[in-house]
Amino acid sequence: MIHPNKKRLRRSMMFLNCQKPGLIKDPYIYGPDSIMLDLEDAVAENQKDAARYSLYHALQEIDYRGVERVVRINGLDTPHWREDVRVCVAGGADTIRIAKTESAQDVHTVEEAVLAAEREFGRPEGSTLLMAALESCRGVLNALEVCESSERLIGIALSGGDYTKDLQTSITGTGVELMGARQHMIMAARAAGVQCWDTVFTNLDDMEGFRKETEMIKLMGFDGKSLVNPRQISVVHEVFTPTEKDIIFAEKVVREIDDKKAKGIGVFTVDGKMIDIAFYDGAKRTIALAKASGVYEGDL
Amino acid sequence: MEIKKAAMAGTLESSDAQVTVEPGTEGIELSIESSVINQYGKQIRNVILETLDRLEVTSGKVKVVDKGALDCTLKARVECAVYRSNDVTENLPWGGVIR
Repeated sequence: MIHPNKKRLRRSMMFLNCQKPGLIKDPYIYGPDSIMLDLEDAVAENQKDAARYSLYHALQEIDYRGVERVVRINGLDTPHWREDVRVCVAGGADTIRIAKTESAQDVHTVEEAVLAAEREFGRPEGSTLLMAALESCRGVLNALEVCESSERLIGIALSGGDYTKDLQTSITGTGVELMGARQHMIMAARAAGVQCWDTVFTNLDDMEGFRKETEMIKLMGFDGKSLVNPRQISVVHEVFTPTEKDIIFAEKVVREIDDKKAKGIGVFTVDGKMIDIAFYDGAKRTIALAKASGVYEGDL
Repeated sequence: MEIKKAAMAGTLESSDAQVTVEPGTEGIELSIESSVINQYGKQIRNVILETLDRLEVTSGKVKVVDKGALDCTLKARVECAVYRSNDVTENLPWGGVIR
């Protein structure tokens, strides 16, 4: 059975450092779709244990008011990830983000540990979802096998910093260095029917650049973006929420296609644009996104 | 659980608490510093003593410098300091005595 939250709205996925109680106590006030409680890079090596206790109690005791609680665990090449999985499952995290994923086997390895933890802590088997961060050339090249690796896998996320390091370049702000990975990953995700998220934008003084990048990745087909600051949330939501004009047009397309199909007409015009059945899924998706974003008041 | 050696967890940042534990022989010797001691001193004390009780710590010196931590943070810091004093970082009893 498909997990009911597998396809939920995930436009904004905001990182929070589990080492900092002040950050994880009330992030829901900013309204992200998901928070990503970080046990990995943001946590100092000698504070990995401390971050887990904070995580456990936060998951158990803080009401995040419907915001998805993702936890980024440490990589499989570290001594930390197994205990990370135990605490995530025991605490009741919604989703685990696997760092530095390079293959389907990496996902299977974590999945086995998650299943063991679900049994150990009495959680329903299959209740913990997974997402995979691709942070290397090998990981990006293996995107399709990662996307198809597990029923628990909700999608893949690009981690641009590590990826460009592996590519022997750097983040330039132009996006040229990430072009190949972005195109490849979104195609793999769509082929496998899972979601895909873009990397973080770390220059908080360049909100215009952030908006442009968000608009670009939306056009490329991404479902959303990993974020590092609450200021970025409203921009992403603005970009990813269909406008009134988009919604009205999508409604017309759906209604007209339904109507014309019954009359045996395959191609026609809506507001001067040529429309056929190929536009149907896109229009339905716009309405679904509008509904999920809370801006749809129609009856489709 | 015994406090085997001195250990510390937490920071002096806002919303956090720094907890230091040391071995002792005469029950729990608890000292608390907090800017909200007059409003929440009793609650802070209760959370710490309940956490130590769950961990079956019966003796030791425990110093807490509170910077406006929520109860969940106080528990997390006390547990971390006690387990660090035992050098235990894996196979922790999540949902058992840690809850």
